Amino acid sequence: MPPAPLSILVIDENHIRASIIEAGLREAGHDRVTVVHDVAGIAARVAAINPDVIVIDLENPNRDMLENMFQLSRAVRRPIAMFVDRSDQSAIEAAIDAGVSAYVVDGLRQERVKPILDMAVSRFNAFSRLTRELEEARSELEGRKVIDRAKGILMAQRGLTEEAAYALLRKTAMNQNRRIADVAQSLVTAADLLGPGDGQ
Amino acid sequence: MKHQITAGFIPLLDSALLVAAKEKGFANAEGIDLTLVRETSWANIRDRLAVGHFHVAHMLGPMPIACNLGLAPLATPMIVPMALGLGGNAVTVSNALWAEMKAAGALPDLEPKPAGEALRKVVAARRAAGSDRLRFAVVHPHSGHVYELRYWLAACGIDPERDVETVIVPPPLMADALGAGTIDGYCVGEPWNTAAVEAGHGRIATVKAAIWRSSPEKVLGVAARWAEAESEALAALLRALYRAALWCGEPGNRDELAAMLSGVAYVGRPAEWLMPALTGRLRIGTDAEATIEDYFMPLARAATFPWRSHALWFYSQMVRWGQTEHSAGNLATARETYRPDLYRSALKPLGVALPGANSKVEGALKSPTPVGSAGASLTLGPDGFFDGSLFDPDRIDDYIAAQKRDR
Repeated sequence: MPPAPLSILVIDENHIRASIIEAGLREAGHDRVTVVHDVAGIAARVAAINPDVIVIDLENPNRDMLENMFQLSRAVRRPIAMFVDRSDQSAIEAAIDAGVSAYVVDGLRQERVKPILDMAVSRFNAFSRLTRELEEARSELEGRKVIDRAKGILMAQRGLTEEAAYALLRKTAMNQNRRIADVAQSLVTAADLLGPGDGQ
Repeated sequence: MKHQITAGFIPLLDSALLVAAKEKGFANAEGIDLTLVRETSWANIRDRLAVGHFHVAHMLGPMPIACNLGLAPLATPMIVPMALGLGGNAVTVSNALWAEMKAAGALPDLEPKPAGEALRKVVAARRAAGSDRLRFAVVHPHSGHVYELRYWLAACGIDPERDVETVIVPPPLMADALGAGTIDGYCVGEPWNTAAVEAGHGRIATVKAAIWRSSPEKVLGVAARWAEAESEALAALLRALYRAALWCGEPGNRDELAAMLSGVAYVGRPAEWLMPALTGRLRIGTDAEATIEDYFMPLARAATFPWRSHALWFYSQMVRWGQTEHSAGNLATARETYRPDLYRSALKPLGVALPGANSKVEGALKSPTPVGSAGASLTLGPDGFFDGSLFDPDRIDDYIAAQKRDR
């Protein structure tokens, strides 16, 4: 007889990341997955769901509250033991590096829990990478916008063509060993401070 | 070559010694490149110390003991070679609860006894009326906060388990929870009591420094493995933190310290919210102020010395509230967690006043008392419990038995 399917609770205030984890768990064949974003009233939810495994992001400021609740066996009926197997130091490190923590009911076999934690870790890492790339893309876009504004200022105030304005920014950046976007930002700030207010 | 040390901390006033050690160059002067990492929960501090992200951390005094006793889900052996100050907490109640307490005789003087007796009457009246139990929040189940709150309640005739409910709330969320009516009161460090007063959500009813004067709070928790492997780095850090304590203890530096801690990388709240704890002049309600000179002590009264009697008092309260069993082995584990020997050997080159004993009878000193110590002069106390009782670490069995009988 196959073991009963595991009940998994994912607590993550970040909705997107929680969905990514949930999708991963479902793809791996877990259909008893509950996602909670807000910890208000969590004790009753935990008692109702009666989870075997709880996955929490480390950024959650309520971790101390949640952990205390898991340790009070009355709240969850069965004692929640700990973060996976203590002996598996590398798995613990990988989880904390990724920013995820997991609690597992006492007596659950390691080989049933390990794939869940591994999946959570890899999805957390993928999410962090995605967030970083988005952030880079956004700052790249903002850099371009500020360069356009700086070019506009140079064109208006020094009568340069767009190409010459850009060349001047680039040359200044190279001379000062700075990024073009940073030079442009300084110019825009200075213009805002010194120039006749453009609509400000 | 410089010692690379990474320390975790929680945004609280009593991270001051670590912050000043870095910002005022004391760590650098000891050859330490100190990195401070702000964390959002004590659980994260514990876990990141366990996996080696942090070498040392700002910790609740009972936490390393609880970890060594196996009461935490993930922990590495830890030691406490230094305390990070004395006092610093307060008990804040909602405006509604304060109104009930005031009607029952509570006074605006922060005295634990009248406040606690008024609270006992409120609790009794609520029970008679069939109202819900009052709900108090603390920051962690293994904290000075929960033990001093329960000590105060129990000494005033309130059963902390039957008469009130205790919940865990992270410090920065306390004032909002009070304002929203989710909790009726809480015990927390600063600036999170002042935060509730500033927001008009609550009233400071009493303070840690009045419940137990000169009482232990945060400590430097250190991974035992690292302490053993890097004993020189640890000794250098203790000297840097001691110099930071000297600087923090100087009244003329309070403004600068408050401004430093208010930075977004640290506590991230207005400097004005940090001054009350540093000066002892507290705004306790929208219309009231009170002065508690020794509200938070970063230096005086051997405030950074890791007394084994402090560790043992925390242990006695873990036993009292059913968190652990009293046994010779557990007692030894608690006592050995605190390491006054490492403190002494690290600070010896500074030629400063060091306590000669590892333990003292807590509550025995009614007034400031000069004590014999190696090198310069040192003053300890007053250190009394508000109910006049004593904690003699050599008679801990009696203490534990008496507290059990009282329940």
